[in-house]
Amino acid sequence: MSFLEIRKATKSFGSVEVLHEMDIDIEEGEFLVLVGPSGCGKSTLLNMIAGLEDFTSGEIRIKGKLMNGVHPSKRNIAMVFQSYALYPNMTVAQNITFGMEMHGVPKAERLAAMNRVAEMLQISALLDRKPSQLSGGQRQRVAMGRALVREPDVFLFDEPLSNLDAKLRVGMRTEIKKLHQALGTTVIYVTHDQIEAMTLSTRIAVMNLGYMQQFGTPGEIYNTPANVFVASFMGSPPMNLIPAKVEVENGSLFAETLNHSGSNVRLRFARPGQSLKEYEDREIILGIRPEAITDRESADRNSSGMESIQNLVTVTEPAGSDTYVTSTLGGRDTIARMRADAGVQPGQLMEFVINMEKAIPFDPKTELRIA
Amino acid sequence: MASAPDIAVSTGRVARAGIYIFLLLFALFYLLPLFVMLVNSLKPLSEITGGNMIALPRVWTVEPWLEAWSTAQIGVQPTGLKPYFWNSIKMVTLAVAISTILGALNGYVLTKWRFQGDTILFGLILFSCFIPFQIVLIPMARILGIAGLAGSTPGLVLVHVVYGIGFTTLYFRNYYAAFPTDLVRAAKIDGAGFFQIFWRILLPSSGPIIVVSVIWQFTNIWNDFLFGASFSDLDSQPMTVALNNLVQSSTGVKEYNVHFAGAIIAAFPTLLVYIVAGRYFVRGLMAGSVKG
Repeated sequence: MSFLEIRKATKSFGSVEVLHEMDIDIEEGEFLVLVGPSGCGKSTLLNMIAGLEDFTSGEIRIKGKLMNGVHPSKRNIAMVFQSYALYPNMTVAQNITFGMEMHGVPKAERLAAMNRVAEMLQISALLDRKPSQLSGGQRQRVAMGRALVREPDVFLFDEPLSNLDAKLRVGMRTEIKKLHQALGTTVIYVTHDQIEAMTLSTRIAVMNLGYMQQFGTPGEIYNTPANVFVASFMGSPPMNLIPAKVEVENGSLFAETLNHSGSNVRLRFARPGQSLKEYEDREIILGIRPEAITDRESADRNSSGMESIQNLVTVTEPAGSDTYVTSTLGGRDTIARMRADAGVQPGQLMEFVINMEKAIPFDPKTELRIA
Repeated sequence: MASAPDIAVSTGRVARAGIYIFLLLFALFYLLPLFVMLVNSLKPLSEITGGNMIALPRVWTVEPWLEAWSTAQIGVQPTGLKPYFWNSIKMVTLAVAISTILGALNGYVLTKWRFQGDTILFGLILFSCFIPFQIVLIPMARILGIAGLAGSTPGLVLVHVVYGIGFTTLYFRNYYAAFPTDLVRAAKIDGAGFFQIFWRILLPSSGPIIVVSVIWQFTNIWNDFLFGASFSDLDSQPMTVALNNLVQSSTGVKEYNVHFAGAIIAAFPTLLVYIVAGRYFVRGLMAGSVKG
């Protein structure tokens, strides 16, 4: 039995079903990120875990205890809201201790817990201020302090960083990770930012339109996406999805596609799955991450599946640490990630080296990964 | 610049002076009735009957004020307005407090504890704002009779509370609709109950709208004549009815100076409420309209 277990969680508002039979299992101390585009149901699911929304059907268990119908304050959870939701009429100290006061914790204990948390988050100097006198980052810390002080079984975060500016966001992201490592408390974290999902999580649930797309570790999600949606949602720039045809020759499997001039190029699959053979002479979608397409110098020498093609560079985008090079494969813009000093010019014909160990075939109809 | 003035059009010096003179003239014009009332309440009756309404008193006297307050003939009793003033204070204080608290509770439930049919219910509550007083006089009299509250201050309080709830609910519902629901959710997770969330989270942030509700209710209830005249006995009559009885008496000499003093006394509490809380009134009415 898992620490937190969600079985067939379904949510309808009237006749509209916004969440379809979600199944989630996580162990104690895990960092689960619910990620997906807006309207995918991730915040609804979080609110259901918190007890702020009812289940239409399905079950939730924390530590093996059925939580359906249990009041939010009795679930031993703490939540950090996107808007921080700090009580505007109370000081920082009162904000942090309000929950304990409601639970009848004696004043001395409340003060001790508050001071411990304030020190941990470095907000001791702010305790007498009102939320309106704090900056965005400080409010964020206070909101986390309010959650931390309760020593909950599960922390729930609802897009906690999306109101911060870009620089502060990266800093707070690291701090959240540090806190999780120091405390070891289970976290469920909602975000629409796939980088936050990748960097923070031990487990990711990718959601779209109320359906679970894939549930797995960040590595699984990134390297073996279950379908085209996950492949294109996770990763920046997203995975290249190239129309191709499967060819079999001398027992080897090839993906045949077109280069810039419309001539055929063949890419040999390094590790074809069992069922790929059945796609002989049929169309597939070939998924290749930008970092799996490079120039000869920075190609992975240990890979057994390096395929080399000549292609025309259409656009280069220097991004400081890397340069993104766009070319055309199978009629689609295909982005390659190269070294910053690769010295590539638009209009240049050059050699691209593709790491076919990292290539993932998808069925064009079902959009599922071909195993 | 710490605080740039928020004006749409900037004007020249001459135009500005013109505006001020214009405004000053109008202010004086509007203050004229108050001036006449004040001046005449401070002179002996003989000076008024002598035909000099606008002039300052030749002999200054507070006698009319004292008479209006404690010895003037109201109906059959020479009690002055004093007992009726306290009747009104009792009635207004209770009715304003109860209707404001109920309106706040209604607004809280209608926005933060939504349920099936809540918008229809709100529509019905709102409907009560548009029912003319006269229509409900007879049914209200029946109900007060059945409840045993006819002719008493609690009866009047009930009538005004029932009539006020529509408006107070409207104010608080609209105010709380802009109040972040995340705060209520956070408080729920923190373990606060229905009333704890109301007292500890919502009410402390409701200052402006409480002021609006109190001013609106206070003015309406204090100035109400119809309900006061219909549903009160001699010992529960409010100020407005007493003032009418003072001014409209058909026997004896018309003591205009006493009447002026009485009218000012009757208007004083509402005036005071506006002076003390008026700026919050405008602020509360505007809350949420520009920026949340």
